[in-house]
Amino acid sequence: MKSVRPHPSWAPWFFLSPFLLLFATFFAWPLLRAGALSLEQTFGPGVGVFIGLRNFTFILRDPLFWTALRNTVWYALGSLVVQMPVALALALMLNRPGLRGRGFLRLVFFSPCLIGLVFTAILFALIFDKQTGLINYSLHAIFHRWDPDFPWLDEHVMPSLILAALWLYAGFNMIYFLAALQNVPQEQAEAAAIDGAGAWGRFWHVTLPSIRPVAAFVVLLSVAGSVQLFELPYIIYLRSFGSGPDNRALTIVTYLYNTGFVTGDLGYASAIGWVLALLLVAVVVLHRWLSRGEEL
Amino acid sequence: MRSQIRIEGGATGPSGASGRRQRPFHGIFRVAILYALLVFFAILTAVPFVWMVTSAFKSEADFFSSLFLPRGHGFLGVAWDQLTLDNFRRLFREVPMARGFLNSLFLASVASLGATLCGAMGGYALSKFQFRGRTWLTSLVLVTVVLPLPLLLAPRFELIYHLHLLNTYAGYLLPQLAPAFGVFLFRQAMLNSVPAEMIESARLDGCGEIRIFTTLVLPLVRPMIGAFIIITFLGVWNDYIGPQIFIQAPGRQPLAVLLAGMSGAYEMDYGLITAGTLLSVAPIMCLFLLLQREFISGLTAGTVKG
Repeated sequence: MKSVRPHPSWAPWFFLSPFLLLFATFFAWPLLRAGALSLEQTFGPGVGVFIGLRNFTFILRDPLFWTALRNTVWYALGSLVVQMPVALALALMLNRPGLRGRGFLRLVFFSPCLIGLVFTAILFALIFDKQTGLINYSLHAIFHRWDPDFPWLDEHVMPSLILAALWLYAGFNMIYFLAALQNVPQEQAEAAAIDGAGAWGRFWHVTLPSIRPVAAFVVLLSVAGSVQLFELPYIIYLRSFGSGPDNRALTIVTYLYNTGFVTGDLGYASAIGWVLALLLVAVVVLHRWLSRGEEL
Repeated sequence: MRSQIRIEGGATGPSGASGRRQRPFHGIFRVAILYALLVFFAILTAVPFVWMVTSAFKSEADFFSSLFLPRGHGFLGVAWDQLTLDNFRRLFREVPMARGFLNSLFLASVASLGATLCGAMGGYALSKFQFRGRTWLTSLVLVTVVLPLPLLLAPRFELIYHLHLLNTYAGYLLPQLAPAFGVFLFRQAMLNSVPAEMIESARLDGCGEIRIFTTLVLPLVRPMIGAFIIITFLGVWNDYIGPQIFIQAPGRQPLAVLLAGMSGAYEMDYGLITAGTLLSVAPIMCLFLLLQREFISGLTAGTVKG
């Protein structure tokens, strides 16, 4: 049915105008500029020389970029493998009917992600410390054979970062799994139980298939975030501009940031940005291909 | 009804899960393990916070000699009288902490209110109006949601430089006010919870377009407004790369940049850093406790139906 009095034609544009104006200025235009800029070598803003595709050919044989890419992929995969099972296990435990203190426990598990990457980095730079750091101190107090000088940040760069990220994000991912578990059809689970399915069988054949779309979404969210990791290693290793020992903490965005805002080559930084975008597109395409035939 | 099914199941299939429920000791054992695991994980999650809070109230000597609270002869074997507010005093004396706090509060408040208004208006236009270019704009917004922001850093820096907005609050805030994700969230919320008939009948009654939006539409998406305000507030409060690039003037830096700088100093001052971090995350924690429900519903909006 057509409405008797249609809206005035200016109305949608009026409501869109603040967003569109700012969006065009600070998203669309910089995106176009990122294309042009990636073909230049610059020395700070406004001082650039056109060099064609040489930024991109340089990336291909830039050892620092490949180090950054390798570190980033290592972190993304490591985080995924560690975080997802923990998040799902927490959600499954909290989802048990009749559990007491569910609200409180959910709050506790969720609380780390409130303080964000920056303050987590500041806190974990101290927590991973030798001798006085929380981890070495308490592990040594519990197991006397634990070396209080265990070099978390000096030797075990990626495991440390993955551990800090696990603390930060496990509860965040748990929230999504918990929401998905609420929608698992209880009748099916009960029917399976009557058919003699054990806890593991019920999980595998009833629970997991029905939370798969949400799990796929959480995986995508996690990988897309991991690929853009910056604050955590950058602040923990601030003294070396986020590169860490032997560049082992250097991520793609850290390299982009240092190139653009420490060295001052905004052109090369934009080129790294495009490679990052390409990487994300690859992640999304791979994700779609792996979860094909499923509706999100 | 349910208990009946269980009894029948137990009688026919003793090896199944329902058979297990018949044995009370087994059940209690399992529940005990469940609670033990949950408490264990909760402690692991909470310990860094507890460590941060206790460290903030300790002198440097006590920081090195005790893990949580210094041992002594007071209540519970803790030397309560050795706890000190000195770190907080030094924080306000030696570091521009109060200024950093006000900067963070200002940036996060303006960004979250402004972004929510722009996002709600944009989402309203895309969900409740028919006009040329709507489909095209909607897909543009969707693409922007997944655009990697680091790609925009260099060209945006150049733009802000040419606009002479470098080192101003505006240079950081203006891009925050165009939230593609917010437009998307509000569009989804309004598609579901704002009936078109209501808007049309208000129009028939002679209600103006802006009044329809403010008095009819906005109250209907109140949960989303709360959720988006707190999500944006949190994002800006915890942002580092944005203020680090666009607001380099020392007096204008927010807490995240200020504290990160202290943490990267050559002489790490444990008391100062933990006290500063405690003061930086406390407001966020309080805000979250007040708006917990809105926040979690906003996080999962659009991903889980029902």
